[in-house]
Amino acid sequence: MENLNLFIRSIFIDNMIFAYFLGMCSFLAVSKNVKTAFGLGVAVTFMLVITLPINFLLENYVLKAGALVWLGPDYADIDLSFLSLIMFIAVIASMTQLVEMAVEKFSPALYSSLGIFLPLIAVNCAILGGSLFMQQREFGNVWTATCAGAGWGLGWLLAIVAIAAIRERIAEYSNIPKPLRGTGITFIITALMGIAFMSFLGIKL
Amino acid sequence: MAEKINNKSVLLNPFSKNNPVVVQVLGICSVLAVTAKLEPAIVMGISVIAVLAFSNVIISLIRNTIPTNIRIIVQLVVVAGLVVIVDQLLKAYAYDVSKQLSVFIGLIITNCILMGRLEAFAMGNKPWPAFLDGIGNGIGYSIILVIVGFFRELLGSGTLLGIQVVPDSFYEAGYVNNGLMILPPMALIVVACIIWVQRARNKDLQED
Repeated sequence: MENLNLFIRSIFIDNMIFAYFLGMCSFLAVSKNVKTAFGLGVAVTFMLVITLPINFLLENYVLKAGALVWLGPDYADIDLSFLSLIMFIAVIASMTQLVEMAVEKFSPALYSSLGIFLPLIAVNCAILGGSLFMQQREFGNVWTATCAGAGWGLGWLLAIVAIAAIRERIAEYSNIPKPLRGTGITFIITALMGIAFMSFLGIKL
Repeated sequence: MAEKINNKSVLLNPFSKNNPVVVQVLGICSVLAVTAKLEPAIVMGISVIAVLAFSNVIISLIRNTIPTNIRIIVQLVVVAGLVVIVDQLLKAYAYDVSKQLSVFIGLIITNCILMGRLEAFAMGNKPWPAFLDGIGNGIGYSIILVIVGFFRELLGSGTLLGIQVVPDSFYEAGYVNNGLMILPPMALIVVACIIWVQRARNKDLQED
């Protein structure tokens, strides 16, 4: 039950894009049409679901103060937490490389439409941010971490699909000032949606 | 690239015509996060210039020996190493600011400008142009940070670099700081305004 609450919380209240503004770069650049946006959203969700549990185990059995105690009592006072940033990013980068190779092999169309943004998933702040939040909030076990990862991923997916749908419509039907077309108007829509999502902050789960 | 690369345009283009933030749309997250005040924005800008220039040079030096399949990992290790150095330097010489920036120095690693420039430029060019490209993009990024930081601090807190600039008589006359400017969404709107102004002046940047 608690995990379900956390899952829903992560989608709406702690939404990666509208509450924390993480992962904006690929969000702004790959939201021109719904199909590509959906592909990238799925990739990000997938990455979060994989990397969060791995980093959780890494944090609790290797990096945290006293985490190495299972090797023997001599290791009880070793604290490797200063390495956590580098370890997290290493896990994320290697998983991204794996996903990139898989996508290139099985779906060349998606691969070419995602372009430079597939390697950029590795530096998508949402994914490193997820791991850092996990560290900060001291989740109880692997399942909690996985649920939070899935929630954050789905929240990100929801946000990017929503914005892509709005952009598709806007490009067709509205008469925006020329200099504001494309990137400019997307910034403004995102800001307005962010303000709207702030209303979720009042909900307690 | 077969033709000779013009060093000057490599350095100067990112200032406005090919600005990393408003044209290439890279590194937005940190623009939103650190620009509520002007001072952290400036420090952040300088750190990014340093990390970007040196990581560009290092990657460009070893570009021919990196196997394509693991290039992301190699790039991230180089960047992470440099970021740790900057982090330690800031802690030693500018402790207050480093506390203010907290996790965002760490998040330079995931700043898309770095990966974007490494992928797009340093992997295919010689060290000297790569260095200039790093400096140029770093400065282009800092310009935007400073502009956004300037407006948000001025309108949101009535101060610049922590010094009050809106005179007391204004407050007595009923002027109130706009608390909305402190919230992250407003950074997006300020950036959108910068884009608007810039594209109104450079017609060829406009999208259809």
